Amino acid sequence: MGLRLEDFSTYARNTWCPGCGNFGIERAAKLAFAELVNEGKIRRENIVMVTGIGCHGKIADYINVNSFYSLHGRAIAPAVGIKLANPMLEVLAFVGDGDALGEGLEHTVFAAKRNVDMTVIVHDNRVYALTTGQFTPTSPKGFRGGSTPRGAPEEPLNPIELMLVSGATLVARAYSVNLNHTKELVKQAVLHKGFAFIDVLQPCYTFFDTYKYYGPRVYDLQKEGHNYADLDAALAKAREWNYGGEEAKRIPIGVFFKTDKPTYEDIVLAGRSLREGVVPSISRVLQRSM
Amino acid sequence: MAQEYSVLIGGQAGDGIRLAGSSVARLFNRLGYWVFAYNDYQSLIRGGHNFTVVRASGKRVQAHRNTVDIMVAFNQETVEKHGWRLKEDSLVIFDSDNVKAEGLGLPLSETARKRNLPLIVRNTAALGALASTLGLEFHLVEEVVRSTVRRSVEENIAVAKEGYDMAKGYRGFTQVHAVNNPPRPILSGNEAIGLGAVKAGLKLYVAYPMTPSTPLLHYLAGNADELGVTVVQPENEIAVIGMAEGAAYAGVRTMVGTSGGGFCLMVEHLSLAGQAEIPVVIMLGERPGPAIGLPTYHAQGELFFPIFAGHGEFPRIVVSPGDPEEAFYLSAEALNLAWRFQVPVILVADYSLLESSFSSFLDEDKVLVENPKLWTGGGEYKRYLLTGDGVSPLAFPGTVGVTVKANSYEHDEYGITTEDPVLTMRNAEKRLAKSRTIEDELRKRETVKTYGNMQADTVLVTWGSTKGAVVEVAEEHDFGVLQPLYLNPLPVWEIEKHFSGKKNIVCVEANSTGQLARWIRFHGFRVDRTILKYDGRALTVDELEEKIREAGV
Ligand SMILES: Cc1ncc(C[n+]2csc(CCOP(=O)(O)OP(=O)(O)O)c2C)c(N)n1
Ligand code: SF4
Ligand SMILES: [Mg+2]
Repeated sequence: MGLRLEDFSTYARNTWCPGCGNFGIERAAKLAFAELVNEGKIRRENIVMVTGIGCHGKIADYINVNSFYSLHGRAIAPAVGIKLANPMLEVLAFVGDGDALGEGLEHTVFAAKRNVDMTVIVHDNRVYALTTGQFTPTSPKGFRGGSTPRGAPEEPLNPIELMLVSGATLVARAYSVNLNHTKELVKQAVLHKGFAFIDVLQPCYTFFDTYKYYGPRVYDLQKEGHNYADLDAALAKAREWNYGGEEAKRIPIGVFFKTDKPTYEDIVLAGRSLREGVVPSISRVLQRSM
Repeated sequence: MAQEYSVLIGGQAGDGIRLAGSSVARLFNRLGYWVFAYNDYQSLIRGGHNFTVVRASGKRVQAHRNTVDIMVAFNQETVEKHGWRLKEDSLVIFDSDNVKAEGLGLPLSETARKRNLPLIVRNTAALGALASTLGLEFHLVEEVVRSTVRRSVEENIAVAKEGYDMAKGYRGFTQVHAVNNPPRPILSGNEAIGLGAVKAGLKLYVAYPMTPSTPLLHYLAGNADELGVTVVQPENEIAVIGMAEGAAYAGVRTMVGTSGGGFCLMVEHLSLAGQAEIPVVIMLGERPGPAIGLPTYHAQGELFFPIFAGHGEFPRIVVSPGDPEEAFYLSAEALNLAWRFQVPVILVADYSLLESSFSSFLDEDKVLVENPKLWTGGGEYKRYLLTGDGVSPLAFPGTVGVTVKANSYEHDEYGITTEDPVLTMRNAEKRLAKSRTIEDELRKRETVKTYGNMQADTVLVTWGSTKGAVVEVAEEHDFGVLQPLYLNPLPVWEIEKHFSGKKNIVCVEANSTGQLARWIRFHGFRVDRTILKYDGRALTVDELEEKIREAGV
């Protein structure tokens, strides 16, 4: 008998609000891990979750696999280091929208640019939830929160578009309510050899309840024959929804873009392993400095 | 007094002054001299004024003097700026194609121009001329050229020979005799730090360029295959340390290098290393601040910064080598201690240590990769197992049956987040226990160095490369010298021993506030006075003599 979802649970007491979209992401991740292990595609001990700080980050405590619970905005750089250290590991960064698109945006862009073989899953609730509801880079203009009682003054950033132009080799969007679809995307991302990015629309029941907004708008790109090998088509689909508000009609989810490129660690390591190797003699180097 | 010679080479950025200085140092090295080469350059790529002072002596020297015996001037500015360094019998060798001066003018530029070689090749003509005035055999010049020049080697040798012959009227002007010593490697602090870390198992070096740590980045990248190390340059210093911590978590010995500004950006991650117990070595190169300050100059302004950087309370080790030999052993020790205790170790190194070159003898067999406390199986793995010494066994992701949970929140033994008051206190105590374990270990190791006459009433206390001038002057005055190699924890057990009965305790350092003096006083000791230097230049022997006289020490 294979692993089940429960086999990935920990004793940590869950402190997400009832109705939080994070539950969907947690379930999807556990199911994806269980299925991938059961299918013999990955090994459980090789899974490493790296998380940022925010409500999303708590997922590190809730899933019983290796984890590195990092700083706010700083999950992705350690994830890159982990992958370089041991390319056998399946490295997934579970990050927040404030976390990886605000505080630590540079690491997200550069990991995509390098095509590190890893997965980034954004718990995109479009709000700083753990700090009680301020606007983030993906909040709609006019978002009212503790710091913007008159509405956020900025236009949102479109992470899908950003990742497409940054060099990510798998770019997708999920909706945490669609458990099966999210799980399948996570599986695909883990198996993808290269940088995979999934922006998961994750309603924050407490500070930005978007269930009613997303429900009627989301549709699956893969059901409408989108050609994910075509970057221009992907960009066009990315721009169909700019993380705005009521005016938007349809919100595509699924795979926007997928391609193959050499990975960063393959290039940088060139077959070397950092975890073994003898200590070299330095006598020749010293000889040359005389 | 031992025979000694000082040669200054000056020109513009782009003239290859540093390389020329290195060739001169190699020349003396082949004659058995101890050499020290101080590089003074500006933060620009072309133009400006660069110079190198090479001091060679029959005894070990690790600082330069103000005066020089020979000046090699590639431009007029060199003559104008450094005229004051000349003595009665000093000689100026200059490029008569663009410099007017008294002395030995030679058409150095022309030697390169007429062969259609880049202007920089005139350096080899100057080297030949210098060797001639020192009364040396030409084969020495040829050997040096072959060891330093990569392209157009034969042409360079021909140019050197031309310079050598052109100067024959001054042959033996300052006759140098070989001393009976084998040549030694000439290393900068940057190079020695890289080599030491490699001998302690370094596999990954991560850095973003910033003077004076950039040469370490280049050195390890340039010798990556031979040294078995992978070098990575990420988007900024936050990523640098983040990547390093990720790699260390996954079991790889990692070091990062930066200078003050970059270290500022790393500070939050430093605290993470403290909380999550991640071994990482940070090479912190010092240059004058605040802010961008003087990018390519010298200071020791970062003693308190590495000791106190980071929020919260956590154990850390701060080491401070004073020459490349110490840099080699301490860099290795830093990596070993980081892994044994799963703590951040900061290696502070000042500009002059990092960017000057010193005759050095490194015994690579003296460095071992010390084993960390590894998990040996049996029972359930707990990343943060509470132990008496505060050190939990390490395991790495990828180990069957093991879940490794590193956590920047306060956590339980498994690494799961907690806000429990009892666990919070227990973890703080775990960190305190670790601090004590570290101190116990350091008591068994060499944590200070002493020089000169430690029975004397006066002891000069110093850190970093300032010890070069301090040791030399102390020996002349029959003073003692105490140099802490460890700044945190400060080896109070040694200080206590060496300060006892001293009448006059003087701290010498390159900053304006006397940070070492304050730090020592903070630990309850007396420091009678400070001699401080903060003009961005390394202390010279003559300058220290003068300051000691002025201070009436
Ligand atoms: C350097 C730093 N700045 C600020 C914070 C405070 N902080 C904690 S979580 C958070 C926002 C989290 O928002 P997001 O990343 O979107 O995660 P969410 O809570 O929405 O899942 C902030 C600002 C911090 N921990 N560290
Ligand atoms: S505040 Fe929002 S994101 Fe955080 S747990 Fe509650 S519902 Fe979820
Ligand atoms: Mg958020």
